Amino acid sequence: MYTAVVLLPLLGAIAAGLFAPWLKDRGSQIVSCGAVGLSALLSLPIFYQVALHGQSRTIELFTWIQSGAFEFVWAVKFDTLSAVMVLVVSVVSSMIHVYSVGYMAHDKSIPRFMAYLNLFTFFMLALVTADNFGQLFFGWEGVGLASYLLIGFWYDRPSANAAAIKAFLVNRIGDFGFALGIMGVFLVFGSVQFDTVFAAVPGKANDMMNFLGYQVPAITTLCLLLFVGAMGKSAQLGLHTWLPDAMEGPTPVSALIHAATMVTAGVFMVARLSPMFEYAPAALAVVTVVGASTALFAASVGLVQNDIKRVIAYSTCSQLGYMFFAAGVSAYGVAIFHLMTHAFFKALLFLVSGSVIHALSGEQDMRKMGGLRRTIPITYALMWIGSLALAGIPFFAGYWSKDAILDAAWGAHSGVGTYAFWLGIGAALMTAFYSWRLIFMTFHGDTRADHHVMEHAHESPNVMLYPLYVLAAGAVLAGMIGHHFFVGGGQEQFWGESIKVLPQHDALEAGHHAPFWVQWLPVAVAIIGIGIAYGLYIRNPELPRQLAARFKPLYFFLLNKWYFDELYDLLFVNPAHRLGLSLWKKGDGDIIDGYGPDGIAATTVRLARRASLLQTGYIYHYAFAMLIGVVVLATAAWYLLGRAG
Amino acid sequence: MAKDILVLGPAWPEVFLACAAMALLMLGVFRGESSARLVSWLSVGALAATALLLSGTTPERGLTFGGMFVIDSFAVFMKMLVLLGSALAIVMSLDFNEREKIARFEYPVLFLFATLGMMMMVSASDLISLYLGLELQSLSLYVVAAFRRDSIRSTEAGLKYFVLGALSSGLLLYGASLIYGFAGTTSFAGIARIMVDSAGDMPLGVVFGVVFIAAALAFKVSAAPFHMWTPDVYEGAPTPVTAFFSVAPKIAAVSLLVRVLVEPFGPLVGAWQQIVVALAVVSMLIGGFAAIYQTNIKRLMAYSSIGHIGYALVGLAAGDETGVRGVLVYMSIYLFMNVAAFGAILCMRQQGRMVERIDDLSGLAKNQPMVAAALAISMFSMAGIPPLAGFFGKLYVFLAAISAGLYALAVIGVLTSVVAAYYYLRIVKLMYFDDPVDVFDQPIGRPLGLVLAGTSLFTLLFFVYPAPLIFAAGLAAAALYAG
Repeated sequence: MYTAVVLLPLLGAIAAGLFAPWLKDRGSQIVSCGAVGLSALLSLPIFYQVALHGQSRTIELFTWIQSGAFEFVWAVKFDTLSAVMVLVVSVVSSMIHVYSVGYMAHDKSIPRFMAYLNLFTFFMLALVTADNFGQLFFGWEGVGLASYLLIGFWYDRPSANAAAIKAFLVNRIGDFGFALGIMGVFLVFGSVQFDTVFAAVPGKANDMMNFLGYQVPAITTLCLLLFVGAMGKSAQLGLHTWLPDAMEGPTPVSALIHAATMVTAGVFMVARLSPMFEYAPAALAVVTVVGASTALFAASVGLVQNDIKRVIAYSTCSQLGYMFFAAGVSAYGVAIFHLMTHAFFKALLFLVSGSVIHALSGEQDMRKMGGLRRTIPITYALMWIGSLALAGIPFFAGYWSKDAILDAAWGAHSGVGTYAFWLGIGAALMTAFYSWRLIFMTFHGDTRADHHVMEHAHESPNVMLYPLYVLAAGAVLAGMIGHHFFVGGGQEQFWGESIKVLPQHDALEAGHHAPFWVQWLPVAVAIIGIGIAYGLYIRNPELPRQLAARFKPLYFFLLNKWYFDELYDLLFVNPAHRLGLSLWKKGDGDIIDGYGPDGIAATTVRLARRASLLQTGYIYHYAFAMLIGVVVLATAAWYLLGRAG
Repeated sequence: MAKDILVLGPAWPEVFLACAAMALLMLGVFRGESSARLVSWLSVGALAATALLLSGTTPERGLTFGGMFVIDSFAVFMKMLVLLGSALAIVMSLDFNEREKIARFEYPVLFLFATLGMMMMVSASDLISLYLGLELQSLSLYVVAAFRRDSIRSTEAGLKYFVLGALSSGLLLYGASLIYGFAGTTSFAGIARIMVDSAGDMPLGVVFGVVFIAAALAFKVSAAPFHMWTPDVYEGAPTPVTAFFSVAPKIAAVSLLVRVLVEPFGPLVGAWQQIVVALAVVSMLIGGFAAIYQTNIKRLMAYSSIGHIGYALVGLAAGDETGVRGVLVYMSIYLFMNVAAFGAILCMRQQGRMVERIDDLSGLAKNQPMVAAALAISMFSMAGIPPLAGFFGKLYVFLAAISAGLYALAVIGVLTSVVAAYYYLRIVKLMYFDDPVDVFDQPIGRPLGLVLAGTSLFTLLFFVYPAPLIFAAGLAAAALYAG
């Protein structure tokens, strides 16, 4: 059962991908949905046994690489952390599979899409059930690959290809850090097995290691390197630029990979490695600052975006920031709690926006929407649920988890904790604002779409709506149900061994005793945010434009995403491009080809012409050549003999 | 000594072949011109019977004719190759000669005499018997080279071959006389003894003698720089004769070269190793580069054979048992792939006339896929592309060179084989990717078809079970070093 959960999607991917000609569209949909659905069903009893009854286990499948002290085992590790992740991943993934059947109904290559989704699910499950760094890396790269394939799924669009390549390359930067971190772990601990490493961490807490010629604290360095990987995968400030572009992929992909699961892998990793991070307070501080800054930064960019999916993408980025600063103040359980609730409501939001796009025949620009609430009422209602959950309005899912995060940040009573708290509050205000801006621009007011499109606007088919109901139920209830286990009184028993928090770091416990205003401030700012959005977009629709005109530099600063892309182009992309161009033209073309293949070929031809000129056809030339040969050989032999004797 | 003369045991196959050749000559004389085909088949039968007799001889080393004739595993191995090459050449000639109206009974008989000469060469253990065998072979070959008497090119080829051959014989005799003058004996065993005795202080005359003999033999194997006659003779001689030239006499001459250098002059290895290295390098270079500009397929094959001799000499240059084994393996494989290539060339006829331009092969794959496939296999094999037989041939000689420390030689060999691959693969490209120009005549004839199929299959499937050949070559090489 435990192994099957992980392997079923792989089988589904192989079947749907390789046997597509026999399965046809319908067959591949059934196979892939069935495989993931079965995984989701199996994950329920596993969650029950492992998480609720504390029966964690590791099943070793086989050794893949054994080289000296390096041993790399395929295994599935089930403890509370991975059980939660498996449950979230497989359930959300199966809902999105079903939704895709409807969303992608008109696409040309349905089997390929379903196979990619299945493949992604497999890699994600392999990642979360890893019991060593090697398998973690395998899953990590695997989801990166699947993400690349799915972002570029519509490979005939140049923008999709560019986005796919960008995602891949930016992730590569993160993965470089991650790989360095893993190698460092092997260097310091002599093993990549989680249990072995974690057991050895306390003994090496004060060790130093040589990194780039400097003596640095070992654990902190390793944690920071690994965190670079997490930053790449989870689109944190600096390495976030790929995520908004990744929205070029089909919407179910955005929901599954770039909202609910893959991008949370970084958070999962930090939680999984909590026994290491706990001994690296400096690294934790970095995590906190990066997370909090990302939360505020991404929310601020989300305020002014006009593409419906990009708004949600920045929202994702921002929510991931929340998760990271929760982890940064050692509230790993809270981070995972938010990860879970976020998976439900963000997948819901994406799929709902997919419904909107579907209804409007592919239109994504909110400036060309409006007035849709009567045309697609179910979608409208679902969007409200998702947004309420996102904004943290009581008693939707996001309220429980976001509140807990901010409480924990407050409870950390440290400089970075306070920094994170206030930035989090600011981000919460913005979150509420842009969510309702989205709702008001899309569903309220007069329509700005052209009337052809409006005539065709229609509610989505049931195959797309049912998964939305399931996710909506999650968005409403997940917080209430999970609160007790994840962050409430039952949390210590629930997490068991899977997460380690040193007693002096227990911000969560301190957070329970936060003052009244700390607990209710997030809700208050959320309501204020909604109010501002209402004021700007319903009461006084002209005001936003005036504001934009008035604060033009700020507006463009936000609209252009703080000019990160331009900065990177200037600093890295263009120099690299120039370097590549000169290496290609001068280095490869002139030097290597010139003296290498082309030069040798030309020399060969020259020599060949000379060699055939030797053949004159005159017999005395031939005889002469023979005699010359004898003379040369005789002289050589004489000389050699003279030297020998 | 006197008793030895009457012991014919080790030489029975040669005796039989000599008698058979003379009998067939008589038969031809009495039956007239119409007997050509019969005499050809009987010649093939005589060669087969000789091979049978040969396989019945004892594997132990034996001497006869007053120590002038030696038989050992090495000789048996080489004679088998020579007999096979001659028989295949006669079979390939059958239809060709009839079509070209040069079908005479003397043709197969001359082949038999040449073969007899080659067998004597292989078994020579004295400078005198060496020369006798060589001349018997050469005189027969001069005649068959000019066999198409009404063709200027053929007679020119025969004449060139004769004049230059005479020059090389002169070099050989001069070298032999130098050796005799210093050593006082012509027997290999005697020379070897003296070489060992005077190892530290070798007279210069002996060294010059070795150089002259080596140069003369290099002429016979067409190693550069003594190769100049090869392209002209190959081009001018009738195609089956060219096929014959490129295999049997080469194998015989190589075995003679190997035996002379290893047996009497073995102690002088330090001196002749450098000569062989030089011959090998120049041959490989000429074979690789000069072939590129050829437009005539037979000239191309001439340069190709020069290159192949270069590779075989790489093995000899190693100067040890593995090296000689490499030479033997290489020559065996060379026999098969070369016969396959010439078999395909013999199919190049348009409207009853032979065509010899490489461009005529364009698009052959579309018209005659089997012939094209056979030629392609042969070309890939000559280029040394695994898993075809030619790859293994090169593998063994280069292995020997590496283990003997001749790294530079092995590197040059590999590089020139890259150059050679260019013109081999160009033929494949012409056949498979270019548009057909003219259709070749069909059918190609059953005997030729069988030869083509057999040799191609050997080349293609050698890698499946290479052990017998490698093992036999190993035994033969060991025999040479044991004696």
